[in-house]
Amino acid sequence: MTTVTHDESPYAPPAEVGEVELYHPKTFIGKYIWSQDAKVIAVQYAITAIGVGLVALVLSGIMRLQLGFPHEFSFINPSNYLQFVTMHGMIMVIYLLTALFLGGFGNYLIPLMVGARDMVFPYVNMVSYWVYLFAVLLLMASFFVPSGPTGAGWTLYPPQAILPGTPGANWGIILMLISLAFFIIGFTMGGLNYVVTVLQARTRGMTMMRLPLTVWGIFMATILALLAFPLGTSFFMPALVSRGEHLGYNGGSPILFQHLFWFFGHPEVYIVALPAFGIVSDLISVNARKNIFGYRMMVWAILAIGGLSFMVWAHHMYVSGMNPYFGFFFATTTLIIAVPTALKVYNWVLTLWKGDIHLTVPMLFAIGFVFTFINGGLTGLFLGNVPVDIPLSGTMFVVAHFHMVMAVSPILVVFGAIYHWYPKVTGRILNDTLGKFHFWVTFIGTYAIYYPMHYLGFLGVPRRYYAMGNSVVIPDSAQSLNAGITIAALIVGAVQAVFLYNLIWSYFRGKPAGGNPWRATTLEWQTPETPPKHGNFGPELPVVYRWAYDYSVPGAAEDFIPQNQPPAKTPGGPEKTLEKTLDAAELGPQKLDASGMPKPVGG
Amino acid sequence: MVIVVGWLVRPTLNVKPWVEQRPVKDIDGDGALRLPTIKVGLGVFLTVATSLFALLISAYHMRMMAADWVTLALPRVLWLNTAVLILAGVAMQWTRSAAQWGQIDNVRLGLIAAGVLTFSFLAGQLWAWQQLNASGYFVRNDPATAFFYLLTALHGLHLLGGMWVWGRTTAKVLRGVEVAKVRLSVELCAVYWHYLLLVWLVLFAVLLHTHT
Repeated sequence: MTTVTHDESPYAPPAEVGEVELYHPKTFIGKYIWSQDAKVIAVQYAITAIGVGLVALVLSGIMRLQLGFPHEFSFINPSNYLQFVTMHGMIMVIYLLTALFLGGFGNYLIPLMVGARDMVFPYVNMVSYWVYLFAVLLLMASFFVPSGPTGAGWTLYPPQAILPGTPGANWGIILMLISLAFFIIGFTMGGLNYVVTVLQARTRGMTMMRLPLTVWGIFMATILALLAFPLGTSFFMPALVSRGEHLGYNGGSPILFQHLFWFFGHPEVYIVALPAFGIVSDLISVNARKNIFGYRMMVWAILAIGGLSFMVWAHHMYVSGMNPYFGFFFATTTLIIAVPTALKVYNWVLTLWKGDIHLTVPMLFAIGFVFTFINGGLTGLFLGNVPVDIPLSGTMFVVAHFHMVMAVSPILVVFGAIYHWYPKVTGRILNDTLGKFHFWVTFIGTYAIYYPMHYLGFLGVPRRYYAMGNSVVIPDSAQSLNAGITIAALIVGAVQAVFLYNLIWSYFRGKPAGGNPWRATTLEWQTPETPPKHGNFGPELPVVYRWAYDYSVPGAAEDFIPQNQPPAKTPGGPEKTLEKTLDAAELGPQKLDASGMPKPVGG
Repeated sequence: MVIVVGWLVRPTLNVKPWVEQRPVKDIDGDGALRLPTIKVGLGVFLTVATSLFALLISAYHMRMMAADWVTLALPRVLWLNTAVLILAGVAMQWTRSAAQWGQIDNVRLGLIAAGVLTFSFLAGQLWAWQQLNASGYFVRNDPATAFFYLLTALHGLHLLGGMWVWGRTTAKVLRGVEVAKVRLSVELCAVYWHYLLLVWLVLFAVLLHTHT
């Protein structure tokens, strides 16, 4: 054991102070409308995404009314119903979840968490939001064109998407495709920013393996999206140019469209899931006051899931018919992807194990996510097998599965993350009582909706159908169950109003948060001001000395040590940490330089 | 992709972040790659564009295998356009060298030449569209034509995006800024032009291959 006094003398000036030119807005419009500040852009993204998400929520309520009480509502006819299904799916997956996780949380958290002043290309970042907004407006416009939005299902399969019987076969489908093209252009602009910021703008000391898992999740999801969205372009651009090959000539290749669609569509699932994985890791670690279990394993699992997600797309197409070996391959890769995913679940549970668990509202949502994700993931294993998938594919079982795994799970994380970071965004804490009420009704309510739906699927209740009609195999009681599901869905939908009310009420009346209400280690909680000013950190960028998970370190005065706290100043803990770092046996022979500093360990 | 990310984190992949606490002095800007940020940005963008064009080409190939495929007679002017784009690439490369040697006059000349050549290429592409349209092939005729318009349009749009950067750089040079201030922009333009030239050569080869 070498005795070393921990560096007092050498002051390392923070990286990249002089080089960053920040745009300083003068007017209200420059500050809040045409803003180049990633934090403002994040809020713009979030408000737009939540707004359009509310439209999709209302659509789902209308669909449930029809399914629960068929023939009671004259304004819902079969065409409308299909349009609502389509718009609900597309909005929720792309325009709400993708935009909120990457555009909202990505913009807000990446610069703050890596210790940067802003995104590396702020102007491009601003344009990204406005292109996204334009895409949303185009999509909304399709409600007002003749024959309304497309009713082809969110997969937009040709030729049915453009056949005369399908609602929106003229205008709706075109607006949908153009809107998607703009979404992708906007996203590519934002995505370049997120990736390059993580690569280039990390502050001094912030190695890749010291990044909080939130950043890892968003980073990997962005890479997936940057690679998968051009795939999106590759199917719908030809579809758009030749209008699904319906003009002037017949024929075409629907299977080709399906392959291209799902080559984009499946990574899309992980584009939504990976940020959720990352965020939930941080929420659990903070609220269990424990370091995340298996940090490196978590990072590797994110990489593995990202890579595998491009090799499983055809499991959406078992019912389209394929070579049995092909099906075998995709069933195998689908089951393999369960391995890194399960590792993550075990690690979350092991992080909770013997933790000092604080059941705050974000923590409730995080634990709710783990439950729900396990439920949805397990039914995914069923459906990953070809012989099980084929009979179940057209039923409500699939609806229950994908809602559990990629609708309820990520949205629980979204709520948890909003409750967690709202104090940083606004300086005030969301009301706790309302938050707990919101959580319990949402959590129990979603189970009341989707658990019975699995059973309906086993009974053979078909999905996508406007009404069940009379069937010898489906008992009448299925209709009663459907009515029950509808009531639960309406309650869950209505309780979201409490959440919105909470967002607005707490903005004005909430308890002041202070800089670090959750006593968290990551850099966004160490900013001099809350909410952070443009430029995030004071005159100098923080220097990072440790990973993001120093919670309940033995011997430390507090149960958390911020990432930018120098080792020497660790109250009561320096000997302990020094022992780890400078154990002569571990380091082997090494030179100490003039100031008594050891050479770096590892790399 | 995993390989790329794995390579990025390679130096730190096996670090145990929970025991590793490096003192200040050794923390020496180990965050970023040793490259200008804008260059990394261009690199990431080119990866995305590569994925876009590669997928369109593979979609094109898969679509070609369908029974109803009709081959398309390519306009001859495309050969001329290809030559013009190659010259534009050469001009850009020449400009880049001039910028490295600090010869501002040659930079100005090179940028203008590259710009004129690129505009000629784009005009030539429009002319090719015109010819196709005149001989009765428009988007709605058959899949080969639709793909032709789509691929050339996307390539042209990327080139137009490059022209925006070219315009800003040229404006700076004409205003008489020092060569050091535009060196990076010129270099990025050159890389982008070479990339789009390569993409065009591949696209043209693919289109020719199916031309038989």
